[in-house]
Amino acid sequence: MRYLPKSPSERHEMLKAIGVGSVEELFQSVPEKFRLRAPLDLPGPLSEMEIIQYFQNRAAENARGFGSFLGAGVYRHVRSVTADALVQRGEFLTSYTPYQAEISQGTLTAIFEFQTLMCQLTGQDVANASMYDGSTALTEAVLMAQRLTGRSRVLVARSVHPEYRQVLATYARNLGIEIVDIGYTQSGQLDRAAIEKAKLGDAAAIVAQSPNFFGVLEELPALAEAAHPAGALLVTCITEPVSLGVVRPPTEADIVAMEGQAFGVSPSYGGPYVGVLATREKFVRQMPGRLAGQTTDAAGRRGFVLTLATREQHIRREKATSNICTNEALYALAATIHLCLLGKEGLREQALHNLAKARFALAELEKIPGVRRVFSGPFFNEFTLEFPRSVKMINDDLLREKIIGPYPLGTHYPELTKRAVVCVTETTSRAEIEHMCAAVRRILERPV
Amino acid sequence: MSSKSTLNEAPAAVIRKAAQHVVQNEGLIFEKSAPGKRGMEIPPLDVPAVNPAVALGREFAREDVEGFPEVSEIEVVRHFTRLSTWNYAIDLGMYPLGSCTMKYNPRVNEFVARLEGLASEHPEQPGEVSQGCLRILYDLQKCLISITGMDAATLQPAAGAQGELTGLLMIRAYLESQGNPRKKVLIPDSAHGTNPASVVIAGYEVQNIKSNAQGQIDTDHLREFVKEDVAALMLTNPNTLGVFEERIAEIAAVLHDRGALLYMDGANMNALAGIARPGDFGVDVMHLNLHKTFSTPHGGGGPGAGPVMVRKILEPFLPIPVVVQRENGQYALEHNRPQSVGRVRAYCGNFGVLLRALAYTLAYGPGIRQATEDAVLNANYIRKNLEDLFDLPYSLPSMHEVVFSDARQKARGVNTMDMAKRLLDYGFHAYTTAFPLIVPGAMMIEPTESESKEECDLFIDAMRSIAAEAEMNPDLVKSAPHSTRVGRLDEVAAARKPILRWRPADEKELAHDA
Repeated sequence: MRYLPKSPSERHEMLKAIGVGSVEELFQSVPEKFRLRAPLDLPGPLSEMEIIQYFQNRAAENARGFGSFLGAGVYRHVRSVTADALVQRGEFLTSYTPYQAEISQGTLTAIFEFQTLMCQLTGQDVANASMYDGSTALTEAVLMAQRLTGRSRVLVARSVHPEYRQVLATYARNLGIEIVDIGYTQSGQLDRAAIEKAKLGDAAAIVAQSPNFFGVLEELPALAEAAHPAGALLVTCITEPVSLGVVRPPTEADIVAMEGQAFGVSPSYGGPYVGVLATREKFVRQMPGRLAGQTTDAAGRRGFVLTLATREQHIRREKATSNICTNEALYALAATIHLCLLGKEGLREQALHNLAKARFALAELEKIPGVRRVFSGPFFNEFTLEFPRSVKMINDDLLREKIIGPYPLGTHYPELTKRAVVCVTETTSRAEIEHMCAAVRRILERPV
Repeated sequence: MSSKSTLNEAPAAVIRKAAQHVVQNEGLIFEKSAPGKRGMEIPPLDVPAVNPAVALGREFAREDVEGFPEVSEIEVVRHFTRLSTWNYAIDLGMYPLGSCTMKYNPRVNEFVARLEGLASEHPEQPGEVSQGCLRILYDLQKCLISITGMDAATLQPAAGAQGELTGLLMIRAYLESQGNPRKKVLIPDSAHGTNPASVVIAGYEVQNIKSNAQGQIDTDHLREFVKEDVAALMLTNPNTLGVFEERIAEIAAVLHDRGALLYMDGANMNALAGIARPGDFGVDVMHLNLHKTFSTPHGGGGPGAGPVMVRKILEPFLPIPVVVQRENGQYALEHNRPQSVGRVRAYCGNFGVLLRALAYTLAYGPGIRQATEDAVLNANYIRKNLEDLFDLPYSLPSMHEVVFSDARQKARGVNTMDMAKRLLDYGFHAYTTAFPLIVPGAMMIEPTESESKEECDLFIDAMRSIAAEAEMNPDLVKSAPHSTRVGRLDEVAAARKPILRWRPADEKELAHDA
C-alpha cells in the first residue's frame, strides 16, 4: 500500500526487536471475541487514478457549470490561484495546532494577521483564531453574552439565517437560554417595537444579522442604543462579509459573529468555512477559541504564541468558556492570504461591483410583470422578490436552463411563500443576469 | 539497532540560530503595505456604477477599511512562503504527538476536493443537481458504519468536540424519550479536556471517576457510581494511555443494566480500524475524528470533522438533515424527523473534509487493517527501544501509543517539557506533554503508521541522546530549543498584557498615551 512505508522484512525485523512472533500478539489486550476475523466490508483498495475517477463521476452528477443566483449565507466570489497554491504548501497544510510555538511561527504569525484583518473589517478590538463557521460562531457569541450579563433571555431577529437560528436553538435548549423571536417590518429590518415589548431589562442580548437573511441592512446603532441602557448586549452576525468593503462596520456591536467563506473559500457544499468571532477588548477573557498573541523570546526577538489559554477546555475542562478545540486554521489562513491579495482597493472595488450588479439585476427583474421587490430597506448584494407563481416551479424550470434560481423563503418563513432572495456578486456577468431575466420572463409568460 | 552508546558520549554543541537570513526576518504583511499596491484584480464592471452613499444611504456607507494591507502579488507569495518555512509539518517529518494521530495527508485528497463540480457546489442548491455530493456523504456514512460496527451516522459535526456534544445531546434526547434525561455523565480522569467541556454544554454535570492502578476503569468502582441519575459514561478506548479497556463488555453491561449508555470517544480509533468494532463491544454512541484517523490535514489547527455513529435505538435523534437513499436510488436530505436533536451546524458539515476522508478510505479498502497494525507496531517498537531509559508508569500492553513519564530525568531537574523542546532541535515535533492528567510529567508518544522503520530509529536515537544529555548536561536540555528560529517565548508576558492584533505605529502611541 503506497501510504505505508514498510517492507515485509522490516515489519518482521521490528516484531523480532519487540520480542513477539506476530503482529497478532500486539493486539492481545483486545478480547478474542471482539477481534475481527473477516476483512471489513469496504469498497477499494483504489489506486490514485481510480480515486480521481470516482470523484470526477460524482462531480458530473452535480450542478457543474451552472449559473447561480443563490446566496443565503454562501457566496460565489473571486478566488485566487495564488492563495490556493500557498495554502497547499505542506508546511501550512500538514502542520499541527501551533502549541509548540518555536516551530509554528508561520501559522502563529498568519493567525495574528488574520486576527488583525478581522478587527479592521469589523471595527472590533479583538478577534479569535477562528470558529467552525458562522452558525457556530453566532451560537458561541450568544453563550458569551449569557456569561457576560448573567442573563439568559436573548431576543433573536427572525431575519437571522434560519439554519443559524436552528443551531442556536439546539445549543440553547439545555443551557437554560430562552430565545424570543423578533419579527421584521416592511423595510425587512428587525421590528424595534417588538423589542420594546419583549422587555430588554432581563435580556442578555439582541441578536441581529446585517445584511440580514432577506439581504437588508439593519440599523445597528439604533439597536445598540436600545440594548445598552437596559444592560443588554448587541450581538451582530454577518454572513456576507464582502459587504464590509462598502458598508459601515458594526462598531457599536459588543460581539460580532461572522462567516468568512466569502473571503476566497469555495462553497464546497457547505464547508469547511471559517467562523469569525470578534469583540471588545474588555470581553476577551469570556471569548472562546484560540488566540494568538505577540511576545518575545529571551533574545528579544518578536514571536507569537497561543495565549490566554486558561479560557480553554484543555486547561479548564468543565469550567472552560467552550468545548471548541479544533478550529478552521487553514481556512483562516486562506482568507488572510486572499484579503492580502485583494487589499484595501480590491476589497472596496469588489464590494462596489456587488452593489452595482445587484441593483442592475433588481431593475431588470422588476421589469417583468408580476415581479416586485418585497422589502424597502437598504441592501448589499441580495434582495427579496415576490413572484406571481411558486418559486419552486420557477426554479425547477430555471434548472433546465442550467441556472440555479434564487433562495425560496417559504420553507423557513411560511408567510413568505412566492418570495425568494436573489444574490448577485461580482462574478455574475451582465449577460448571465440578462439570460436569467429572459428565462424568468419566459417561464412566467407560459400558461400554468 | 539504535545508538545505545550515546549515554556515554558528550552531547552536541549548541547550534546558533540563523536569524540574520532575510527569510528569517520577514515582518508582518502590514509592515510592507504602501498605498496604491494590490495583488489581485477583478474583471471590469459591465453594468452602471453606483454611488454607495446614494445606493445605501450615507449612514450605512463606509469610506475604506483603515489599516488594510496594500501589497502586490509577489510580495504576498514571498511573505507567506517565508512564513511557511517557520513551521514544522508532517511533510517534513514525524509528529510523535500522542492522542493526535498526525499521519500522512495524501495529496490526491487535496486534488479531488478541488474538482469543479465538488468545490463549486452550493449547499442550498436543489437535491436533483446535488446527487454527486449526497452520494459522497452516503458512501462515507456506509464506510464509517462498516468500520465501527455501529448502525447509523451523522456527518454534520464540524470537529471532535462538536461530535461529543452531538452524541451527548442524542443520549439526552433518548433518555428523555424514556421519561428521564438524568443528571450526570461519568468521565474517567484520563479523558480528553473536551469531554467534560462538552458534557456541560449538553446540560449535564460531570462526575469524574478514578482509574485503577493499571490506568483502567475498575468495574466494581464503576458500579458504585452508576446510579439512577447517571446518563452515560464517556470512555476513550483505547484509553489515553494507549491501553485497551479489557473489560469493556463488562463496563457496557454495568451501564446498560442501569439504563445508562456508553459513549466512546473515538480519538484513538487508529488503534482499532480493521481489528475490532466498537459496535461489537457494547458502545452506544461514538464520534470519530476524521482529521486524525482518516488523514485529513490538520492545517495548523483545523478544519476537522467529527461524525457521530450510533446504535439503532438512537437513530431517531440524529441531527437534521439526514442523508438518505430513496427507493428509486436517488439521494436526499431528510429534514422531517420529529425526534431529532436539531441542527448542530449550518448545512451538511465540513463536506470538503468528509470528501477527503472518503478518498482515504477508498485508497485502503479493507486493507485499512494493515495501517492499524503498522501504527501499533511502531508504537511498540519505540516503547521497546526506550523503556530502559524512561519511566513507564503503566506497564499494560500498548496499542497505538505509549506513555512514559519524566520521573527518572526529574532527578536531574529535567522535565517532560524540557525534553519535548529539546526534541525540536533534533528535527522532530514534540511528543504530547500535558496529557493524560493521570501521569505526572507525561511523555505521550504516538508515531502512527506513516513512519518508516528508519524514521522510528531516528526518533529513538534522538530520545536516547536527550536522555544522555539530561544526565550529563541538563542545562542544555532545560534551555532548549537551540536551533529554532526563535527560542522559548515569554508566554507569561503574552498573557499579562495581551497584544492580539497589529496596530500602526501612530495608533500604538495613542494607545500607550491613553
